[in-house]
Amino acid sequence: MSQLSQRPTDPIVGESHHHESAFGHVTGAALYTDDLVGRLAGVLHAYPVQSTQAHAKLNSVDIAPAYEVPGVVRVITAADIPGVNDQGVKHDEPMLPVDEVMFFGQPIVWVLGNDLEAAKAGAAAVAVDYEPLPSLVSVRDAIEAESFHGIQPVIDKGDATGAFADAAHVFEGEFEFAGQEHFYLETQASLAQIDESGQIFVQCSTQHPTETQDIVSHVLGVPAHEVTVQCLRMGGGFGGKEMQPHGYAALAALGAKLTGRPVRLRLNRTLDITMTGKRHGFHSSWKIGFTAEGKILALDATLTADGGWSLDLSEPVLTRAMCHIDNAYWVPNIRVSGRIAKCNKTSQTAFRGFGGPQGMLVMEDILGRVAPKLGLTARELRRRNFYTAGQDTPYYQPVRHPERMEAAWDQVVSTAEVEAREAEIEQFNAGSENVKRAIALTPVKFGISFNLTAFNQGGALVLVYKDGSVLVTHGGTEMGQGLHMKMLQVAATTLGVPLSTVRLAPTRTDKVPNTSATAASSGTDLNGGAVKDACEQILGRLTQVAAGILGAPAHEVSVTRGIVSALSSKKTITWEELINAAYFQRIQLSASGFYRTEGLHWDLSIMTGEPFKYFAYGVAASEVEVNRFDGSYTLRRVDIVHDVGDSLSPLIDLGQIEGGFVQGAGWLTLEDLRWDESDKPSRGRLATQAASTYKIPSFSEAPEVFNVSLLDKAHEEGAVYGSKAVGEPPLMLAFSVREALRDAVAAFGAQPEPGGLGPSVELASPATPEAVFWAIESVRSPAMTVPAPTAAEGLSVPS
Amino acid sequence: MSAPATQRSTAQVSVNSTVHEFDGPPHTNALDFLRGAGLTAAKEGCAEGECGACAIMVARPDADGTTRWTSVNSCLLPAAALDGQEVITAEGLADAESVHPVQEELAVRGGSQCGYCTPGFICSMAAEYYRPERAEDAIAADHHCGPNGFDIHSLSGNLCRCTGYRPIRDAAYALGQPEAGDTIAQRRQKPAPTSASTDIHRADTATGEPGRYRRPSTLAEALDILAAEPETLVVAGATDWGVEVNIKGARAKSMLAIDRLPELRGIRRTEDYIELGAAHTLSELERELAGSIPLLGKLIPQFASRLIRNAATIGGNLGTGSPIGDAPPALLALEAQLVLTSLQGSRVVDLAEYFTGYRQTVRAAGELITAIRIPLPLAPMTSFQKIAKRRFDDISSVAIGYAVSVEDGVVAKARIGLGGVAATPLRADATEALLEGSAWTLETVHGAAETLAAEGTPMDDHRASAKYRTAMLRSSLERFYAEQEAGR
Repeated sequence: MSQLSQRPTDPIVGESHHHESAFGHVTGAALYTDDLVGRLAGVLHAYPVQSTQAHAKLNSVDIAPAYEVPGVVRVITAADIPGVNDQGVKHDEPMLPVDEVMFFGQPIVWVLGNDLEAAKAGAAAVAVDYEPLPSLVSVRDAIEAESFHGIQPVIDKGDATGAFADAAHVFEGEFEFAGQEHFYLETQASLAQIDESGQIFVQCSTQHPTETQDIVSHVLGVPAHEVTVQCLRMGGGFGGKEMQPHGYAALAALGAKLTGRPVRLRLNRTLDITMTGKRHGFHSSWKIGFTAEGKILALDATLTADGGWSLDLSEPVLTRAMCHIDNAYWVPNIRVSGRIAKCNKTSQTAFRGFGGPQGMLVMEDILGRVAPKLGLTARELRRRNFYTAGQDTPYYQPVRHPERMEAAWDQVVSTAEVEAREAEIEQFNAGSENVKRAIALTPVKFGISFNLTAFNQGGALVLVYKDGSVLVTHGGTEMGQGLHMKMLQVAATTLGVPLSTVRLAPTRTDKVPNTSATAASSGTDLNGGAVKDACEQILGRLTQVAAGILGAPAHEVSVTRGIVSALSSKKTITWEELINAAYFQRIQLSASGFYRTEGLHWDLSIMTGEPFKYFAYGVAASEVEVNRFDGSYTLRRVDIVHDVGDSLSPLIDLGQIEGGFVQGAGWLTLEDLRWDESDKPSRGRLATQAASTYKIPSFSEAPEVFNVSLLDKAHEEGAVYGSKAVGEPPLMLAFSVREALRDAVAAFGAQPEPGGLGPSVELASPATPEAVFWAIESVRSPAMTVPAPTAAEGLSVPS
Repeated sequence: MSAPATQRSTAQVSVNSTVHEFDGPPHTNALDFLRGAGLTAAKEGCAEGECGACAIMVARPDADGTTRWTSVNSCLLPAAALDGQEVITAEGLADAESVHPVQEELAVRGGSQCGYCTPGFICSMAAEYYRPERAEDAIAADHHCGPNGFDIHSLSGNLCRCTGYRPIRDAAYALGQPEAGDTIAQRRQKPAPTSASTDIHRADTATGEPGRYRRPSTLAEALDILAAEPETLVVAGATDWGVEVNIKGARAKSMLAIDRLPELRGIRRTEDYIELGAAHTLSELERELAGSIPLLGKLIPQFASRLIRNAATIGGNLGTGSPIGDAPPALLALEAQLVLTSLQGSRVVDLAEYFTGYRQTVRAAGELITAIRIPLPLAPMTSFQKIAKRRFDDISSVAIGYAVSVEDGVVAKARIGLGGVAATPLRADATEALLEGSAWTLETVHGAAETLAAEGTPMDDHRASAKYRTAMLRSSLERFYAEQEAGR
């Protein structure tokens, strides 16, 4: 065991605790950014004027009428920006447009009013004169027009071109699938003021306070030390608050600076959906070769991410997608080309999995489609292609612990009684004409760390007060994932004090500077490492003090749950006595901690290296029931075995697994972003821009039976107290739902013989009831098959 | 008859046993009123009654004269509608010493992650916790209910993006019954606050426009107001109007609330029909009909969510004239009639004659829908098919109601109501005619499929394609037949 991963005796990590703010949540005492408005006097409310064109030149923007509206205090335009007019990090994303709007819904100017009603009325009064320009709305439009931006990386390993000659089976196809709206329950919110010390203080629902600070600072043209950003907590983030909050925070800060009054900028749901970025939809085209035994021999694929109008995080999302197209499978010869479509839509961004789900979906879709053509069940085809020890990824990183994936798979097959249930289902289906069932298993292998090595650092500030109480601040933000509880457990474990001795303060940039986003599932690894480091520094000093009091050598001193003892001493003292003594000995009782992940390297130009500290594994089995009359379905049962290393906090990890799974199932089945692709004036408008039209899973979509286990014997050497990241990987366990739907659809087709394989089924994503209905129709009456997306596919003879 | 209400400029609302004064602009919803008063537990997640983050509990009259704690979406409720009412929010369930059992269970079982939806869940759960019939349901072991009788449908209008719902369900099913000293439980034994006459005048702060909210105490008074001011906006549960206000910025200078008029409430039964008070909420109908109109028993659990059904009225669902309301297809199949009442008296209109165009009806200015009549006897074979993306809390892309009777193997009568396939809800006249007199067989059903598919003029939108809608009509009758055969 490494020093980082080893646990002391009787650790507090590993205990199950509810969320750190759980009682605040249930009583309403837990505050969110917009709950603070009533605590300030004279707050101004901001409301935007949104573009009603997908792409247009701005001939004129007449803001004068807004000032006629009672209660309007200020209209903010691009001309008011004293610093840099840019809300991103690629310098391609003006915070307010100067002469051109790039998507339907883009904010053009903002109106500040004494109340929201006045700001809205003011915004409605602003007159914008557009000169429409040609627009690209769909990813297909952009591909056809060759409209791309950013990098076009290539993974190239082995001989992807030549290897097809040796393949027994070659298939080609295309697959386009939709993105996903974050639908965090708390929309984007910022509250900015000039505080009593003259600094710009921004309360913001942000996953990345440091970058929010950076953007506020460069928009206002002031040094970063004049800006403090605080994030109390978020009402959900999921990646949607990694980049997206910055522009709104900067606008609020600018308003506060211009007017001297606090400014509240909270997007209502429709503003949020129509203005902020989403998970990237992708287009993929692929060619895959198999050996006669059904082993993947070669893959050649092109992935096109639907990036929207600006780059935002599209480049690293694309990179991660390409690095995850292998998912759990060994592909000896592989070529993957990536590119980012530039089109007139919201700028797509981070979303739980960050491209990983998109890359893996391409592979899982291929396997699901071709299995019947290979004469194998999809379950067998997947299992047959798992990585084994000694193999490496398409980017040459060795795959450590692939046996854990096999162990998880076998455990699910056994505990979920998959084989017995498959037999039951076959029997059920034979006697059921209108309703069919299916069960499917899919694996997850997900790389943990930011692909960009520099981001893999964390910071913390630990203060011990004279009474022994401990206050921890760290660089991570709390969005519901339970990071703060894990940090409390890490601090209490390292210091050897009870959990109640430690309190956590809100994340602020003037406590811990230069932090990375709480993203990439890395919050615990990075900040936990830093909290542990700070605590160890303090403990190191305290050990000397304790040795003197106990009359024992320092290396014998241990602190456990608030009791300080040493092997060779009969005396014990309390933590509080030790702290009191240390104070009078003039020992520093605070420390700032730091952590960087060791051993990472990555060369983007050739897409090779070891970008990930480790892989997280998981396996899910989902059983669905599908009704042929309307394509509707229910999720009858889900069984998951997931690898979280040695869990720091099992209840919290369980919550991440279940919640990630259901969110992934929402993406793949229910959540349906519809953009207006017509040539009407509403072209480019998002039609599903409210909770009434964009549907996230409700109680009715949750699995009826939901069994989740953590993988045993999963200690991770490379992470704090032997744990593994858990935020993102479980989302991708939901592929099992999609594949089960595919198999249930196949069960409506002609069955060659009892126990035989059904037809190959193509399924749209999201697999809404309507999409499932059409898939059923296509297998029930082959004449109805829609030819367009499938024309390229077919069994082709090796050349 | 009680005297008209005295005009006032503010409303008085009891929130968590403390009286708060509402003095905001007239269109202010209850959520913004509460948050403005510093009670920030209830959150805005969608502002259209879909997510439930704003849920609160309101003391409503129960059929037996006691009080029922009822969860509603505060974002859709005009603040003025709370005048004289009693409200409990998540803040009011805990006291200094201890938290409420629903709070305890949800917290310790990992039922909150980001916590933003949680106060709304707490209110929906608490209302179900105090549902008087829950103890009996615990014994009946309905499959929608947990071992403690907790009906999971009570949470159908609350969305959580973090947990995947399993721990929330476990928390709900772990709840016991209220303890003897529980003051919120005790409150149920006394009558609810009367629906006192309310007449509130407020000017809009932004525009200076006057605004008036009136809740008369009798039908006669309401009809007087409507006759004098035909442009006044009639609201019942405000679940449709609240969306217009929040999302589309609609404003009314004058609102007339009819949801508590005694003449519009309750269920009356005669030899010839069952009459449903137009201002009865869907939840009240669900409870009080108790399956006695089986088609409505199938419809109502699929109608929006419990939070909406607790506020939305059956009359309101018809009053909006929406082509995608869920009630009309079922009511058309039942050959329902509407009682329209004005100062000149009442008239009875067939629902099939009621809709004249997109959100247009035969209801004249000055008329109110006062009741819905369901003729007797009821057809023995009924079904309600709702086609939607999500099973709970969604808007239909197509909805189809069936009421069919078969005598000696021949269809004696068929009534089929359709929603979502035209600018108005409509009856499938051609299909009905084809079925009547035919043998009730799969051949007949197959033969009628294309006729049914041709009824209506469905369109493409973000909910479904026109082609799918047509396909749903085509497969509908076979589905109905299969259900009936399976149920025999």
